[in-house]
Amino acid sequence: METRKIEVPVMADLFARGEKPEYLFWVGCAGAYDDRYKKVTRAFAKILSYLNVSYAVLGKEETCTGDPARRAGNEMLYQMQALQNIELFKAYEITKIITICPHCFNIFKNEYPDLGGNYEVISYVELLDKFIKEGKLKVNTDTFKNSRITYHDPCYLGRANDMYDEPRRVIKSISGDVVEMERNKSFALCCGAGGAQMFKEAEKGDKEVFLERMEDVLKVNPDIIATACPFCMTMMTDGIKYKNQEEKMKNYDIAELIVMSLGL
Amino acid sequence: MTKQIVFAIALLLTFAVFGYTIARIIRFFSLTKKGFPIKNLGKRFMIMAEVAFGQTKIFRRPVLGFLHAVVFWGFCVIIFGSIEMVIDGLFKLEKSLSFLGWFYDFLMATGDIFAFLIAIAIFVFLFRRVFLHVKRFEGIEMKKISHIDANVALTIILVLMLSLLGMNAAYVSHTNAIGGEIIGYYPVSNFLAPIFSGMSIESMQVQHEIYWWTHILLIFVFANLLPYSKHFHVFMSVPNTFISRLEPLGKLRNMDNVTREVKLMMDPNAAFAAPATDAPIERFGVKDAEDVMWNNYFNSLSCTECGRCTSVCPANTTGKKLSPRKVMMDLRARMKEKGPQLLKNKDFNDGKSLVRDYISEEELWACTTCNACAKECPININQPSLIVDMRRYLVMEEGSAPGEIKAMFNNIENNGAPWQYSPEDRLLWTKDLEINVH
Repeated sequence: METRKIEVPVMADLFARGEKPEYLFWVGCAGAYDDRYKKVTRAFAKILSYLNVSYAVLGKEETCTGDPARRAGNEMLYQMQALQNIELFKAYEITKIITICPHCFNIFKNEYPDLGGNYEVISYVELLDKFIKEGKLKVNTDTFKNSRITYHDPCYLGRANDMYDEPRRVIKSISGDVVEMERNKSFALCCGAGGAQMFKEAEKGDKEVFLERMEDVLKVNPDIIATACPFCMTMMTDGIKYKNQEEKMKNYDIAELIVMSLGL
Repeated sequence: MTKQIVFAIALLLTFAVFGYTIARIIRFFSLTKKGFPIKNLGKRFMIMAEVAFGQTKIFRRPVLGFLHAVVFWGFCVIIFGSIEMVIDGLFKLEKSLSFLGWFYDFLMATGDIFAFLIAIAIFVFLFRRVFLHVKRFEGIEMKKISHIDANVALTIILVLMLSLLGMNAAYVSHTNAIGGEIIGYYPVSNFLAPIFSGMSIESMQVQHEIYWWTHILLIFVFANLLPYSKHFHVFMSVPNTFISRLEPLGKLRNMDNVTREVKLMMDPNAAFAAPATDAPIERFGVKDAEDVMWNNYFNSLSCTECGRCTSVCPANTTGKKLSPRKVMMDLRARMKEKGPQLLKNKDFNDGKSLVRDYISEEELWACTTCNACAKECPININQPSLIVDMRRYLVMEEGSAPGEIKAMFNNIENNGAPWQYSPEDRLLWTKDLEINVH
């Protein structure tokens, strides 16, 4: 099989050449730094290249949206980050943003407008769903034909923004064996990492939230837990280890599942 | 005439006490913060129609949701009968609304059926509370008084429904006995009427009077007990759905006072140009009851302590101290404690505050802002916004946060990421990226 090298376009370079991409692909801190989630970023970049989508990333100019600061109560720091980002977006005349992190998605879509940052914000989940619907992503249903998949709803796509059907359609396009956990969609249980919990030890309790969630997972006994958020991915992966299920089940992001089924 | 006078006094007393109570509560709102303007009236009416009258969110738990919906819809119908009783009582009339014709028959029939259904629902509710150990009804915030409060209210509603059925049945049997024409239609009470068949005509009339007075006086008493109990929700929940937050659950409120500060910081010229103000320094976030926005306080008065929020809270279900229900109950209790003093003296300080004395930092830091509580609340209370407002106070005014959270703040400030990585490494993921060509 032949391979083609992908150069990820960077906004500053394009601008220097007088080009303007259609979308800003906002990678997010987890997407750029977290070893596991970097694979998801790579997977999604492959899809964008495969479909010749006109996009660019900010690269070294990207910075935190301010989401964890805001949810932890540091409104001052959040607003400094946000206003800085809004200035940068203005400089690059950005109007459309694609995110692979539901927390970034939520804050751009719902909270930046209060500070004058109005963009068309698109979650990669919506985009995948759209591409599949339009027939641009012709997924191969053989890859996962023997895989039982369950989807864990991220709070910031689901409850926060009512995005329940899009990720499910994406998963159903690759596998006929999709099972729902008892707590799903708007009833879904948090992975335990949102609201800046990701960055600190949990408060004392009987157990960790991700283990409670893993028990939901184990009840439906899937081969794959599909996630769509870097925090959920970290928590679910930890959960698999804690419950000694590494031999039995894997955790993949839905962008990775699509890439695998396309053989990219 | 005596009956009319007694009734008028009772009614006057009811309104006087109720008016006094409500006026007292309204004054507490003057202590809270503005900043939640009520716009989009059309959309709000739709939400109220759906969530309050359609009972859509209570149906998230279908079985008990249905029983609650029966009680709610029943109340909506039966209230016409109660209004009629007030008119009848004041003007010595009988069935004064009967001029409504077929609609009157419809109201009376549905009210009669609902009275029976509500009685069954309330019986189930009471049975659950007294005999079954429902986890949702427990928790550190659920003191004995909360349980008594619930059981008393349920018992009153049960007696209200039984007296209504008794009243209707006595009316039917008495009217039949004297060969009169029955005004209205009473399917359940028709069935019950034979209970009175052995009695004399006078006794039937006395029975009717007893049930009539029991029913209406109990309504008067109940109405005045409600504002002092969690069952204030009978009055507050419908308007509470009207003041629902319209934004997506994931959105947090912007702090405009912080925006002003940040813009001044980012533009030094503006800092010099800004006129000096003598305005008192605004508090960042919520420390005490008077720092909350009026809608937060409205939410707390509407809370029925049903515990659906807490039962879905990931922190609570894994044994952590946070309980969204407790947050609402604490705000209500704190305002009840501090409000009256603050109204007398706006500088009142008892050395206590909502944060810490009522709600610990541990509780506040356990929230994942997953919004399960807000999604679950049958009357659209928004707990996370208040929790984050209290975190805002802790962080911005006291500089208090768990050590790792402070480290995360530092990382964002210095590296532009919550982790300690260099911005130079942001593109490392693009290395050796290849795609298979088919």
